[in-house]
Parts: sequence; structure tokens; C-alpha cells
Amino acid sequence: MLNDFFVRAMLGGIGVALAAGPLGCFIVWRRMAYFGDTMAHAALLGVVLGILLQLPLSIGILGVSMAGAVILVLLERQRTMPTDTLLGILSHSSLSLGLVAVAFMSWVRLDLMALLFGDILAVGRGDLLVIWGGSLFVLVVLAAIWRPLLAGTVNADLARAEGVPAGAARLAFMLLIAMVIAIAMKIVGVLLITSLLIIPAATARRFSGSPEAMAGLAALAGVAAVALGLFGSLEFDTPSGPSIVVAALTIFVVTMALPSRASGQ
Amino acid sequence: MLPTNQTQPARAAGPLVRASGLGVERGGRFIVRDIDLTVSEGEVVTLLGPNGGGKTTTLRAILQIVKPTLGTVERRPGLRVGYVPQRLAIDWTLPLSVKRLMTLTGSQPRERIEAALAETGVAHLVDRPVQALSGGEFQRVLIARAILNRPQLLVLDEPVQGVDFAGEIALYELIGTIRDKLGCGILLVSHDLHLVMARTDRVICINTHVCCAGAPRDVARDPAYTALFGPRAAEVVAVYRHEHDHVHDEAHGPLHDHGGH
Repeated sequence: MLNDFFVRAMLGGIGVALAAGPLGCFIVWRRMAYFGDTMAHAALLGVVLGILLQLPLSIGILGVSMAGAVILVLLERQRTMPTDTLLGILSHSSLSLGLVAVAFMSWVRLDLMALLFGDILAVGRGDLLVIWGGSLFVLVVLAAIWRPLLAGTVNADLARAEGVPAGAARLAFMLLIAMVIAIAMKIVGVLLITSLLIIPAATARRFSGSPEAMAGLAALAGVAAVALGLFGSLEFDTPSGPSIVVAALTIFVVTMALPSRASGQ
Repeated sequence: MLPTNQTQPARAAGPLVRASGLGVERGGRFIVRDIDLTVSEGEVVTLLGPNGGGKTTTLRAILQIVKPTLGTVERRPGLRVGYVPQRLAIDWTLPLSVKRLMTLTGSQPRERIEAALAETGVAHLVDRPVQALSGGEFQRVLIARAILNRPQLLVLDEPVQGVDFAGEIALYELIGTIRDKLGCGILLVSHDLHLVMARTDRVICINTHVCCAGAPRDVARDPAYTALFGPRAAEVVAVYRHEHDHVHDEAHGPLHDHGGH
């Protein structure tokens, strides 16, 4: 069954969506959408670095995304510039740096479109192993840091005053984002990763009465988007990454018509 | 305080928390410096001062959220702290019921959650989303959350913000009741003069440094206090020095909107 490229694509997409949904909830709650985008863009530099150092691509991406997260945290502490300005600078300059670097490396054949928008139909058995291993790891760590991360999301001072390690949880969370970016790159590409984190979470909000329910629903919404997007891509012969994002958007818009759980209204 | 206290290790009978020579620097200037204060069991201590005077920074140093640049903060070992931060805004995107908020920093049995909410008079709100609460209800929920763990030290930063005047009186009464019931020390931040002064054992006026400190009636006579808040403030406090147990509406009228300073 795994011999079928479509089945592999489906399994890979589902694996990413399962981790991206719950993690994306925290990105929405903490208003870090732009942060996720910046780290995803930096991932392109990671690809370049991976090729230059002859490392597996996901290791290069993971390394550069993590380094990007740490640099951001350090720059934020300096308070020399507002965070959104800082993110704007890093986001687009790292993407451009990556594109320029790719252009310089004329000796390697790189499918730029695949890097930017994903190449889910080329997911191999090895990729599946990386995706599912990474995805499970992310979910296990997220479950372990759930309480301190949530407490720090509501109010970092309150968490720290009552002895909850919110700072450590925040750092771990950023590294998890780097990890999801590394495993999701093959599926949707650097430009679209944030949508897989945010749209399912936003879809889940209206039907959730608790943070935990929202995380679960976001994972489901992500899986549905992957399935719908891939079938659509097969049916209409459209690029798979953007098709998944369009499917996620469609689910978001359609569920707007359903009655919400009326939480927070 | 007797000077001999300082040479002894923290004893059960000593203060819950003691800050000595506390200073916090940020961006090359001291937000606060030379702050000495203690909070003991059963005592209500209020930090009073203008906005930007460093009250919240002092609290954050005492709560060990920020590291002091100068001086030390000693806490009784294993001190249980309950904290009600200033301006806690919960993002609409986070679905959070009152019940779930109560277990934010540690799991609690349902009976205990309900008992704490009942103590602050909001037991009926247990299943509501927090975003649907009024300002006064939300503060009561936050106080209930802070007392869940039977704290020895309860720290409240501007607890009456966004609460109407009748609600303010009720909240201060509630804080007094909690002190009596739990026997905890309470550290309160306010830039409100009128009600706080009547319900506090000790006042510490902070404007970058400690301007004056002591019992409310002594502080009100202190020239440093008058310099900080103007002569009007001393007049208002004088009303409370007569130990009235009811509120004069005409007395708080002119002062009521000083909060915008």
C-alpha cells in the first residue's frame, strides 16, 4: 500500500497536520503568527546550509530554524526594536538570502517551486519515517509542557510568580515550531507552513470550550484539510501544497456558517 | 524591626518575605532603588505611589519574576504565593472557562475550586467563559484562583482596576476577610488613596525610592506623603482617621477620578 505515491502523500500530510494543529493553537493564542512565518522563511537558508554541508535537508532546516528562534529571543531581549519590525526584517531578508544563495549554487539542481510550495507527492518511505517520528515527538513534548506553556500564555508573570517554569516552556515551544517546520516543509513548502499551523486552529476556536478541545479539533481540521486538498489536487490537477491550504480555508469558511459553541461571546 | 532579626536565619516567626536595599535597573536607570520592606503573616501592606513610580517593579522583584540589580529578597523557605497580576487580559482566541482558569498552575479537586469561588462570591460563574465576565467578576475569580492553594503570601497588583466604586468597597472588604480567614500576609499595590488607607496595616509610599512608610495615620501626616499626593490626599485620609465604618460619599467625590494621573 505504501508503494502508492498518493497513499504516502496522504500519510505524510496527516502526520504533519496532527502535530501542526495543537501547536498552531498556541501560535494563535500567543499571537505569534508572524514569528512562525519568519522561522519558516529562514528554513530556506537551512536547505542551502544542508546542501553545502552535505547534511540531510531536515537537519539543516531544523538547525537554522532553531538558530533563528534563539536569535529572535535574544534580539527581543535587547528591546532595540519593536518585535514586529524585527520579524519583518528577519522574515523577508532570510527568505531573500535563501533565494539568492540557491541561485548561486548553480551546480545543484534544486526545485525551487518544491521548496517554496511543497512537493507532497514526492514523499518517500524515509520521509514518512521522519514525519511521523517528528510529529509524535512534538506531540509528546507538547503534552509534557502543556501546563506551564498554557499558564505562561495566559500570563507569564503569574506563572513565574507561582513557580511554574513558563520561560523554559516557551523556549521548548519555539524549538517545537522549528521541528514542525522541518517536517512540514516537504508537504507545503516554506511559504505555506504557517497556514497549516494557523487555519486549523482558527477553525477549531468557534467549536471549543477548552484549550484541550481546541487543540484536538485543530488536529482534526488539519487532517480534513490534507485529505480534501489532496483529493482535490488529484481531481483538478492542481499543485498539492496550495490545494491543501485552499482546502483548509474552505473548511474554515464553511464552518463559519455552523452555529458556534458560543464561548466567549 | 529589631536589628537583631537580621543576623538570624529565617525563622517561622520572622516575616514571610523581606526585601533589603532592593534596586532594579533597566535601560541604564534605576526604576526603583533602596527599597526595604517586610510582609508578615496576617498583615496587609500596601504599596502606594504615582504611576511609573516602580510599584509593580517592586512586586515583580519580590515575586522573583525579575532579578534585583541590587539588594536581596529573602523568602521563607517553601513559601506558598498567590498572585493577582495587573491587567490580565485573556485573548479571545483562547477558550477558557472559569473552572479551567482555576487549574492553570496546578490541578485542583472540583470541591476546592467551588469552595474558593464561593469564598469570593462567584461560585455561580464556574462554567462561564472568562471573556464573558465583567471587570468585578473577573477580579473575584482571579482572587479565588490565587487563594486556591491556601497561600501564605497573597500579592495583588491594583485589584480594583476596572471595577465600579461600590465594587471597590466590596473588593477591599473581601481582601480583609481573606486575610482574617487564611491568616496570610497580603501585599497590595494601589494608586488609590481613599479606601486602601482605611484597610491597611502598613503603607509604603514608593516613588523610585521609599518616600515614607508606616501606619496609615502616621504616613498621612508625613510631609513626604503630602508632597507626593498633594494636600487634598491628607484631608481625605483624615476622614478615615476618625475610624468611620461607613463611607462618606462627599469625601471620595473629588478624589475619585485621580486614577488617570
